[in-house]
Amino acid sequence: MKRRYPTALRVAAIGTAIAALTACTPGGSSDRPADRPAGEVRTDVAAMGEVTLTIWDQETRAGQEQQITRLNEQFQRTYPNIKLNRVARSFDDLRNTVKLGLSGNEAPDIAQVNNGKQDMGAFVKAGLLVPLDGYAQAYQWTTRYPESVRRLASYPDGGDALGEGKLYGLPQTGELVGVYYNKTKLAELGVAPPTTWPEFDAALAKAKAAGQLPIQLGNLEKSAGPYLFGVAMHRHSQPAAETALALGKPEASWPTDANRAAAKQVLDWSGQGYLTPGFAGLKNDDSWANFAKGEGVFHINGTWLTPDLTAAMGDSVGFLRPPGESITGGTGLPWAISSKSKNPDAAAAYLNFITSPEAMKVLGETANLPVLDAGQQQVAGLQKEVFDAWQAASASPGLVPYLDYATPNAYEVVSGAVEQLLSGALDTEKFLGALQADLDASRGGR
Amino acid sequence: MAAGEPRRVGYLYVLPALAVYGLFLLFPLLHSGWLSLFDWDGLSPGTWTGLDNYVELATEEGAAAAFGHAAVLVLFFSVLPVCIGLVLATVLHRTRVRGLPFFRTALFLPQVVAMVVVAVAWQRIFAPDGVLNALLGTPGRAWLGDESTALLAVGVVGTWVQTGLAMVLFLGGIGKITGDLFDAVRMDGAGPVREFRTVILPSLRPEIGVALTLTVIAALRTFDLVYMMTPQGGPGGSTTVPAYEIYQRAFHGGQVGSAAAMGVAITLLAFAVTFVITRIAGGGRR
Repeated sequence: MKRRYPTALRVAAIGTAIAALTACTPGGSSDRPADRPAGEVRTDVAAMGEVTLTIWDQETRAGQEQQITRLNEQFQRTYPNIKLNRVARSFDDLRNTVKLGLSGNEAPDIAQVNNGKQDMGAFVKAGLLVPLDGYAQAYQWTTRYPESVRRLASYPDGGDALGEGKLYGLPQTGELVGVYYNKTKLAELGVAPPTTWPEFDAALAKAKAAGQLPIQLGNLEKSAGPYLFGVAMHRHSQPAAETALALGKPEASWPTDANRAAAKQVLDWSGQGYLTPGFAGLKNDDSWANFAKGEGVFHINGTWLTPDLTAAMGDSVGFLRPPGESITGGTGLPWAISSKSKNPDAAAAYLNFITSPEAMKVLGETANLPVLDAGQQQVAGLQKEVFDAWQAASASPGLVPYLDYATPNAYEVVSGAVEQLLSGALDTEKFLGALQADLDASRGGR
Repeated sequence: MAAGEPRRVGYLYVLPALAVYGLFLLFPLLHSGWLSLFDWDGLSPGTWTGLDNYVELATEEGAAAAFGHAAVLVLFFSVLPVCIGLVLATVLHRTRVRGLPFFRTALFLPQVVAMVVVAVAWQRIFAPDGVLNALLGTPGRAWLGDESTALLAVGVVGTWVQTGLAMVLFLGGIGKITGDLFDAVRMDGAGPVREFRTVILPSLRPEIGVALTLTVIAALRTFDLVYMMTPQGGPGGSTTVPAYEIYQRAFHGGQVGSAAAMGVAITLLAFAVTFVITRIAGGGRR
């Protein structure tokens, strides 16, 4: 027994020696990939020889899986000299591993990277992604994609200001957060789908009076709270101010009268009993499932639910833009090229292929919301309402980015603060103060 | 080892095991210790900060809260199950219930089920429209979405999981006590309480030590229950625990150094706690 301690010490000493020998600063050095002008870019895929591209994506849900499988097959048929090695993971799994993947020695050529500062911004800062401006010119992505979409995948070298600098990714799909409604229930209440805020208020009051649940909400994961708050912001704020906050612009500020009114709005909805009882303990997935089963007149969520809600509710579900100008939305995860890729030209050709007008058609056919040409797709019912809403929003200044792009911690801070506002743990001023503090901290630099 | 054989040969025997252990356990541990001395986001080059990460852990609110929650969980994962396990084992031993194997298995069952499954099942029980609210007649109560109850709810599940382990250990321990001791104390006219105090409790010291060690470590490294039942560390961070904070900081927050420091701290804490437990409960008896 007694001898254990000297042995332990000796092992520790040897271990320390090993650690000291292998010691180097973690992270190593990072070389920024060079900007390649359009003239240097090769676009003749057939002339690139035998190439294998490793692709990490998160297109794992039913419609997503279908679209990427079809596009990959078409790509292989068109360019047999390029082999695709697809690695599919769920969104969370991809987010948790892509950092190690891109910084490792066997980095994928192409990966879907979340737009936010803690993901794409951090990778740009570390020089792990290839700037795409040369390709954008060569392939005319600058005309294919509106500026409002391109800026959501653009960063300066410092990785700290989304919406500026160089282009680092191309998204395939669009997303909006809007208001789903139960058409049958609204008809029973004798209410037309609201297009103004007073109409929306009246619909909520009427639903409540008729013993219906006005807004179905499940905020256990804290993801639904920011959607609800976003809609309240649309009512009281202006698109420009909302966008500035979402991007963490220098002029943005949380404690304003508009945001105070938005915070109060959320509390009003809660106080008047318009939200699901116990929403703080209800899972988001359970809440939309309840809405699909007929519990609740309205449900605020993203357009990614369109296939599921159509399947569950058929013709009795509709999609509304929040009244007024603004609507929260963005793009699906952009596809980016690793700076460690040996064949960036082939990778860019793949990006060009999966975002072409023909690809957008495939996306529409497989129940995804294509980021481009949504208005031209042959769709009906809920899908048509969603596609039209996106077509109108994506080209307008009313499209407001998600609130979690602003700072590296914005997702945790915003979702946590909204939850605490709703639970009464934070009052309106402290709530806005908490959001402002995060903004200030990220500006000061960490 | 045979007498007269040079002692150094002994090291050759343990070398393969030591190599594996060193490669997969000691080296990562020391590497974590090394990383904990840097301010590193996991991507760009880190900067040497010495013990700053540790100083920050000691002063920072989030870390203090996480360790505080871990202390509460020790109560639920360890102290309560050991107490309940003692009572259950004694009762099951004394009353000679019919179908004892059934109760033993039923109570041990939570140990066999994967924690993730346990978490999902209990999440449904605690849901606003779940079984618990139906039983208590409190529809719409958000047990997991309320800052004052979320940690307790996680704790209750921990107690449910760990009690079976403690009970089975104690039942085994009681079975080893010779019948003479029970006869002797009963001849003295002792009731069940005195029998428990004078025979069962002292005889079970080693088992209590083992149960405490296992359950305290389980409490300190809790991750799955918190991660699954109360996403994002619960309302207002009310259920964050060190293991969750480590994951959050390293993989989402871009604070790898701070996460490593926390990992080292919780490892040292686990060492210290088990050292104390083995000293008090197991010491001097073997």
